[in-house]
Amino acid sequence: MIVIFMLIGISFILGAGALVSFIWAAKSGQFDDLERPAEEILFDDFFGRS
Amino acid sequence: MANLANAGPEVYDDRAARLFLWATLLWGIVGMSVGALAALQLAFWPANGGISWLTFGRIRPIHTDAMVFAFAGNAVFAGMYYSLQRLCKKRLFSDFLTSLHFWGWQAIIAATAVTLALGMTQGKEYAEMEWPIDLAIAVIWVVMCINVFGTIAKRRVEHLYVAIWFYIASIITIAVLHIVNNLAIPVGAFKSYSIYSGVQDALVQWWYGHNAVGFLLTTPFLGIMYYFLPKAVDKPVYSYRLSILHFWALIFVYIWAGPHHLLYTSLPEWAQSLGMVFSLVLIAPSWGGMINGLLTMRGAWHKVREEPVLKFYVLALTFYGMATLEGPLLSIKSLNLLSHYTDWTIAHVHGGALGWLGGMVFGMAYWLAPKLWNTELYSKKLANMHFWIATIGLLLYVSSMWTAGITQGLMWMATTEEGLLKYPNFLETVLALIPLYWVRMIGGTMYLAGSVLCVYNIYKTAKAGQPVDIEVDTSNDRHVAPRTFHERLEGKAFPLTALALVAVLIGGIVEFVPAFLLETKVPTVTATTPYTPLELQGRDIYIREGCYNCHSQMVRTHHKEELRYGPHSKDYEFLYDFNFQWGSKRTGPDLHRVGKKYPDLWHYRHMLDPRLTSPGSIMPSYPWLFDSKVDTSLLAAKLNGLTKLGVPYKDSVLQDPVAAYNEQADVIVATLAAEGITATNDLEIIAMIAYLQKLGTERAPDEASH
Ligand code: HEC
Repeated sequence: MIVIFMLIGISFILGAGALVSFIWAAKSGQFDDLERPAEEILFDDFFGRS
Repeated sequence: MANLANAGPEVYDDRAARLFLWATLLWGIVGMSVGALAALQLAFWPANGGISWLTFGRIRPIHTDAMVFAFAGNAVFAGMYYSLQRLCKKRLFSDFLTSLHFWGWQAIIAATAVTLALGMTQGKEYAEMEWPIDLAIAVIWVVMCINVFGTIAKRRVEHLYVAIWFYIASIITIAVLHIVNNLAIPVGAFKSYSIYSGVQDALVQWWYGHNAVGFLLTTPFLGIMYYFLPKAVDKPVYSYRLSILHFWALIFVYIWAGPHHLLYTSLPEWAQSLGMVFSLVLIAPSWGGMINGLLTMRGAWHKVREEPVLKFYVLALTFYGMATLEGPLLSIKSLNLLSHYTDWTIAHVHGGALGWLGGMVFGMAYWLAPKLWNTELYSKKLANMHFWIATIGLLLYVSSMWTAGITQGLMWMATTEEGLLKYPNFLETVLALIPLYWVRMIGGTMYLAGSVLCVYNIYKTAKAGQPVDIEVDTSNDRHVAPRTFHERLEGKAFPLTALALVAVLIGGIVEFVPAFLLETKVPTVTATTPYTPLELQGRDIYIREGCYNCHSQMVRTHHKEELRYGPHSKDYEFLYDFNFQWGSKRTGPDLHRVGKKYPDLWHYRHMLDPRLTSPGSIMPSYPWLFDSKVDTSLLAAKLNGLTKLGVPYKDSVLQDPVAAYNEQADVIVATLAAEGITATNDLEIIAMIAYLQKLGTERAPDEASH
């Protein structure tokens, strides 16, 4: 039984943490531009090739 | 190279990718070879050479763990370390941690192979390693996490590309799964008992098993796909928005579907139904990924003809789509009743492993090698040949196992007009499959041969080229001012991590609760007694020999099952099964009701050579059980460990376990003596017989009339 309480306890703490961090993530604009990042990965390697 | 990074301009650490790529390919060959040997043994049992560590029960876990942790694992690290640096525009966090990760992981794999061959195993599928190796895995995993999160924290690109999210979700979830599933009490250097027993252990194990497939074999490879596929076709992913949606949907749904591994078992009904529903829902996000991948190749289809890289990606995506449709279908209860425990499951996992995983790994390898050694691929022709051999081998493999699974499933269920089993002799349903086992062996060997071509091709490529340092584009360094703790938290890696973790944990907890509640219900009806010292030693030999790889111990709740094996298994009967042994594949019959079915002598002869009692059997002979004496050195520690876990051993047993042991063993020795067999009470076979005779004999009195 202790195991359930332990797991539920952990998840409550994490749940609260997640909520806060999700607000951070949304606020900081990770999802603002969903076009450019997909293209940018194509141009990462030609720099400085010897 | 390391000092170069400090002195000159920052360069990517591609040594990491080179090392992990080599490890992937070489361990892949080892793992597949062991798989081919296991396949051969099912068609031709003497292929084990009469050597204990080459028998099916020992090598099958070596094969599966090698494919999961060594082949897939190293491939994930190679792909992740290569792409992560570029996506972050940052050299890997620490050269030291990278080396530690690499060598630590290879040592873990080597130690796993050796200990499993020696029979040191927890007997939990895909988590067979004993506790010292589990600890090492946890440490090395943390090393890797620090390396990955360190790189992400110091990245020069604000936006976290979708691949990184897949990596984060994967490594965090695997850490949680690994730890929760492997919690155990050590009772010896390489022996432990899981802290969970019976139904609970089964639940934790399949929560782990299901999600390990999800988060080690699926999500990281989706991350790899979202990086390497656009690179290979030189086009952005078809819909970036879809990829993000697909990511969250997948990780939120995946974790709930675990109970579909336990349909018709002693698991509560509603948990089974929940697992089934979520499995069906899973089709949507899975196909989202597949469609996104395939559409990324729009306009590049003509390149598929010459380009082996793209061929392998097409193969991978096709089989990903197929396996993710097949999986949910197999979790529909009525279909599962037919398919479960048969070779259909084997077909399903190999569609995933050889098609999806193999396709991604080899596609990535052929694309990476020229980059990593700054040259052209040695031979495209050879790579194309590899593709065709692998594809044909794969199709032979999968179609033979589908046929075998459906054939056997139908034979098990077939009844006559009078309602009797049409094939009451289990062995008959096995012998019907032998030709298909040969086909499977050939298919698998072809796949292996293709992989050898790949190793050769990459080796030649590496020899022709030179490793080269690639400079990091530092022009848009976002780290202008030193950042505060607060700002670092805002780096998004943290929130994403936390989110992924929470999604995983909550899914898991809801599944755990029903099983832990069982604890309180069980003792009132139970007739279950703890395993005696002799039976316990026999059980540990059963685990050592890996009998669970061929035998289930779970009669499902269906009348045709009961017709064949006897009354269905009840949850409380497994109360003291520390490290449950329900199994997942019936190459041999279910053993849960085998106790008292045969006389001791039958087991004695059967274990010596199964063909004495069951002509044509493909079960290995176990002659060493008749020479080796039981190692009782750990007996006291074992009983103490189990007592700590709540097993109510009597004081008299705890005080003198050897006396109790001998007393029971002497009875069996006497029974055998009456039949003209001379054996001593310290032989392993005696303990094994005691264990087998105890199985499933303790149903509660009120149910015995069932
Ligand atoms: C390669 C797969 C394989 C492995 C490994 C294997 N078995 Fe079997 N087993 C079979 C097959 C097939 C049968 C049915 C034919 C026969 O009776 O031998 C069988 C039958 C049995 C039976 C008779 C069941 C019955 O109801 O008639 C027992 C008992 C048994 N096995 C015990 C074991 C034990 C104990 C181990 C481990 C030491 C083991 N088996 C390992 C394949 C296997």
